[in-house]
Amino acid sequence: MKKSVFLGTLTVAGLAAGMAAAGTLEDVQERGTLNCGVSTGVNGFSAPDANGVWQGFDVAICRAVAAAVLDDPMAVNFVPTTGQTRFTALASGEIDMLARNTTWTLSRDVDLGFTFVGVNYYDGQGFITNRELGVSSATELDGATVCIQTGTTTELNLADFFRANNMTYEPVPIETNAEAQQQYLAGACDTYTTDASGLAATRASFSAPGDHVILPEIISKEPLGPLVRQGDDEWADIVRWTLNALVAAEELGITSTNLDQMTAGTDNPEINRMMGTEGSLGEMLGLEADWAVRAIAASGNYGEIFAANIGEQTPVGLARGLNAQWTQGGLMYAPPFR
Amino acid sequence: MAMDSGAPTGSFRLSMLLYDTRYRSYTIQIFALFLLMLGAAWLVDNTIRNLAALGKDFSFSFLWNVSGYDISQRPIEYSSTSTHARAAWVGLLNTLILAVMACVTATVLGVIAGVLRLSNNWIIGRLMTIYIETFRNIPALLWIVVFGAIMAESMPAPRDFRGDTPEATMQVFDSVAITNRGVYIPAPQFERSLGTLDLGFVAPSLDAIAFILVVVLSIWANKRLIAHATKVQNATGVRPKTWWKSILILFGPAIVLLVALGFYLDYPALAGFNFRGGIHMRSSLIAMWLGLSFYTGAFIAEVVRGGIMAISKGQSEAAAALGIQPGKTMRLVILPQAMRVIIPPMISQYLNITKNTSLGLAVGYMDLRSTLGGITINQTGRELEGMGLMMLIYLLLSLLISSAMNLYNNRVKLRER
Repeated sequence: MKKSVFLGTLTVAGLAAGMAAAGTLEDVQERGTLNCGVSTGVNGFSAPDANGVWQGFDVAICRAVAAAVLDDPMAVNFVPTTGQTRFTALASGEIDMLARNTTWTLSRDVDLGFTFVGVNYYDGQGFITNRELGVSSATELDGATVCIQTGTTTELNLADFFRANNMTYEPVPIETNAEAQQQYLAGACDTYTTDASGLAATRASFSAPGDHVILPEIISKEPLGPLVRQGDDEWADIVRWTLNALVAAEELGITSTNLDQMTAGTDNPEINRMMGTEGSLGEMLGLEADWAVRAIAASGNYGEIFAANIGEQTPVGLARGLNAQWTQGGLMYAPPFR
Repeated sequence: MAMDSGAPTGSFRLSMLLYDTRYRSYTIQIFALFLLMLGAAWLVDNTIRNLAALGKDFSFSFLWNVSGYDISQRPIEYSSTSTHARAAWVGLLNTLILAVMACVTATVLGVIAGVLRLSNNWIIGRLMTIYIETFRNIPALLWIVVFGAIMAESMPAPRDFRGDTPEATMQVFDSVAITNRGVYIPAPQFERSLGTLDLGFVAPSLDAIAFILVVVLSIWANKRLIAHATKVQNATGVRPKTWWKSILILFGPAIVLLVALGFYLDYPALAGFNFRGGIHMRSSLIAMWLGLSFYTGAFIAEVVRGGIMAISKGQSEAAAALGIQPGKTMRLVILPQAMRVIIPPMISQYLNITKNTSLGLAVGYMDLRSTLGGITINQTGRELEGMGLMMLIYLLLSLLISSAMNLYNNRVKLRER
């Protein structure tokens, strides 16, 4: 009996020790795949295509990180999360990073214990309504029934906006974008509100997009970006600088087509440092020297990713706007690679 | 050994703990308890460790912060500037409203379906079998979503009621509007209202309280009247006429009260995007209500059928021999006895309804799960506290319901003397 108690205690101690968190980078490398949290399906941002392969603007960030860390952009296990489940999934370690149009706010960064590694899309909350209603401004929405995705910042912005404008509304809380779309199209709500990019993406999937109008008011700032758990700075740095590499690559003119040429060596020392032919930036991050090359090779630089998934040539049709490079009057600005 | 102190049962040896049947069960139980405690200690320790690793503390102070979100169905005063605690309370009230509504309709449906399934009429019996088997064997969530979809997809939008030749019109003398946002019914209003009794956490309408009080008193007075009539009948053999007195007592005071308070009905009317006025029963409430009622009603029907079949055939034969009509036999002979069998499983059906209200999020019904367990947890990141609190509330609620039902069960159960 004594022996079994001893064994029992040992098992308990062993289990407890197993719970102590190891570095995320080691975990990912050992596992051989990156667990990346994405949405349950927003066209252009993250949605599986006809072959079941995840595609999109947020998906491309996951692929770039997987390429940088594991040298295989396809070694990503995409975990669809809702507005409600995403933070628990990240906090519990079910996913290594979250790229799910998530707004960077102080309380999420500080109180929820996450680290936002940057912004990959500067967005703002808007409204979509049916043209038939004849509404031309969000301030005419007094008394309207509004569909919202629950568990998001849009829920809070909406309450603030209507209170500030002294209007009433009837909130219809909904779990996922697809359900919201269905409710909105069925006319169960007069308007659907979410980030303007999400509205454009949603409208693109309607059978008659022209019947719906996105109202001009943008009622909030929504800097969307990937995030990781707080407390593993090494991992946060890797995700942060992978994103920065994509942005810097566009600024420096590195694209997926001229990547070989750039890797061969150029006159620009910053490009050389990024490509790993000069200096030891990769080593500092705990990665191989060509990490940035692999990240860019995955789906191109930031501009290419934008154009391929949500740009003006796609059904989503978003202009670069605030998301242009800082040299083009936008806000995309990567710190120096030095 | 130190135990050889002259105990009459002989000396105690340590090995007896394992080999002596007198002690072995204690050994096993203590060992099992020890393992259980170790398991619990590990869970707690693990939680504390992981919370520390995440840099989180365990505190309920978030409940007093401003919630910042709105709730569609508000039985009491609530706005986005209220606290999370108040949001949770609103959610709990919504849970209770839904649970009570669903329990009542599920019981009515279940009793009818259960009795009719035993009907000698082949078509009625089979129809009830089909109802029971389809609803009982498909998950509650699917039924809720089906009713939600019916409300959202097939009912007319408020804008269809507009215009000179509207696509949709209001029902029941233009008083009820069925739209895809819910059903609007006339609301009872009072010109000289007594106001509401604001207790902070609940705000019941004084008019409603006064009305219920008057009705209860009237029923009591009527009972006294009938008792008096029976007494006179027993004494003299002649039963005095009471029907007009009964009507007067039952309806007189209530009508006088309604007139005194200036009762009128507030009809819903189309204004702006939606209907205004009247009582708005949201699609989410209706979907949950119908879904839970039909689903649990099928279970209750089986419970009722089982209860009735537990009563021996001799009872109905005896009733028939006494010349009691079949309907009365069911009402006066079979059902009162069947109740003793029916009530205990009914308790668990009511508990099921109460717990299944937490499926509300599927159709956007703002119950406790959607407010405290959904938005609040999501906005504050207090999963452990929020979930713990929610589990505690559901536990208390369920215990309350089952103890209330047990009281009733004790009243109707067979008394053995």
